[in-house]
Amino acid sequence: MFTAIRRITRAGFVGFWRNAYVSLASIFVLMVVLFVIGATMFIDQLLVTSLNQLQSKVDINVYFVPNASVEEIEAIRDAVKALPDVANVTYTSREDALAKFREKYGNNEITMQALNELDDNPLGANLAIQAKELSQYESISGFLEEKQLATAQNPIIENVNYARNKEAIDTLNSIMETVERSSSIITIVLIIAAILITFNTIRLAIYTAREEISIMRLVGASNMFIRGPFLLQGIMYGFAAGVLSLLIWYPIMIWLGPRTEAFFEFNLFTYFVSDFSHIFALIVGTGVILGFVSSILAIARYLRV
Amino acid sequence: MIYFDNVSKLYNDGRSAALMEVTFQVAPKEFVSIVGHSGAGKTTLLKMIIAEDKPTEGQVFFESLDIHKIPRTKLPHYRRKIGTVFQDFKLLPNKTAYENIAFAMEANGRTDDEIAENVPQALELVDLADKGFNFPNELSGGEKQRVAIARAIVNQPDIIVADEPTGNLDPIATYEVVNILRKINDLGTTVIMTTHNKGVIDELGRRVITMDEGRIVRDDATGKYVL
Repeated sequence: MFTAIRRITRAGFVGFWRNAYVSLASIFVLMVVLFVIGATMFIDQLLVTSLNQLQSKVDINVYFVPNASVEEIEAIRDAVKALPDVANVTYTSREDALAKFREKYGNNEITMQALNELDDNPLGANLAIQAKELSQYESISGFLEEKQLATAQNPIIENVNYARNKEAIDTLNSIMETVERSSSIITIVLIIAAILITFNTIRLAIYTAREEISIMRLVGASNMFIRGPFLLQGIMYGFAAGVLSLLIWYPIMIWLGPRTEAFFEFNLFTYFVSDFSHIFALIVGTGVILGFVSSILAIARYLRV
Repeated sequence: MIYFDNVSKLYNDGRSAALMEVTFQVAPKEFVSIVGHSGAGKTTLLKMIIAEDKPTEGQVFFESLDIHKIPRTKLPHYRRKIGTVFQDFKLLPNKTAYENIAFAMEANGRTDDEIAENVPQALELVDLADKGFNFPNELSGGEKQRVAIARAIVNQPDIIVADEPTGNLDPIATYEVVNILRKINDLGTTVIMTTHNKGVIDELGRRVITMDEGRIVRDDATGKYVL
């Protein structure tokens, strides 16, 4: 058994080397395929991060009336926090709100004078609420409106700014849905194309060896003994192609890094370097699996009879 | 050791036949030549022995084993008992002469020591000891065929099946190849060979089966080439 594996391995390497032209052609085609798969992956990553960044800038704010008590506000804050759709709630107290206001308008003398004329802090506390998904803002806002109605006699909530932001949130939401849907369709189409191209390439590589396969069978080699070296070569094609395509990506990433940084606020090069083990596993792994499976399928037809 | 029992091979629902009711047997250590025109069914007959083709009717036995009832997974084991030689040599082009011979042993699960010992012996027997590291495209037709014979015998098969082994060779190479086959037969291996070559048959002076249109028309113990 061990001897057979050793012989198969050696035959795989020797065959890879002696069929250098066929090997190179297969690796080249696979490399292009993996390069394209890499491109979809990176573009997808770019879109997702930049959309997530946009999304994280969206929130809805609840403004409380200035004389709302801290207990009442905290009760609402805790209720909101308890909602499953809510990702994050930031509480700004009346004092903090005032401090922020002063900071923002500190060099506007008229406003400052007006503020100083007042005995009391005119600003109410507020909550900034972020949902996990854009589509959840609607229901969160509904919940807050109910609260607002329930306390209509003795109002605590002055207003909820969802209505004003609704249009922007809806637009962003529909853009995100479209992008996600179309990028998954493109990915699926490209992956199907990749599988077909790889399969045909490897089938051609094995087709050139069909005579050899029939000779091996006549000499009394078992199917595994015939198949083994070809499967190994398929894996080697995939591995080499994966590594080569990453080598091509590297300088492209160096070039793209600062440009994506400026445009998407997301540095592709940093991502490429920091997530390299993940990217390597994905691209090279895809190559190896594609090569292996294609070899199995391609050789099956020559082992019949 | 080989027994054909009323074997027919029909094509197109029986309208044309490659073999018709063929019955004969080959005893151990025999050297049998099968002669006949192209299309007489010689090659089909040999394909039956190596289980590459199935009879439409009848049975083919190797000793007591019905060849065409061997399950597919066991076929490699059966084929290792038979050495095959072809008109077009069928060497693996990406392997050297040495590796071609060693491959048959590797496929047979022989140890590295056995391979290191037997392959040079086989090369010696076919007089190619100095060509072990040449690739097939660096060898002449006669040399290729001798490598193929060395590959066929290296596993010490019970029987050698040779389909037109001299078909592509010049007279001198033909003489060498036939001599080697005779030497192998003298060492105790059964040989079944098809040929067109009158000179070869007449010189061998062994059993000759003559075929015509799928039937055996003559079977002479020390035959001449008669057609």
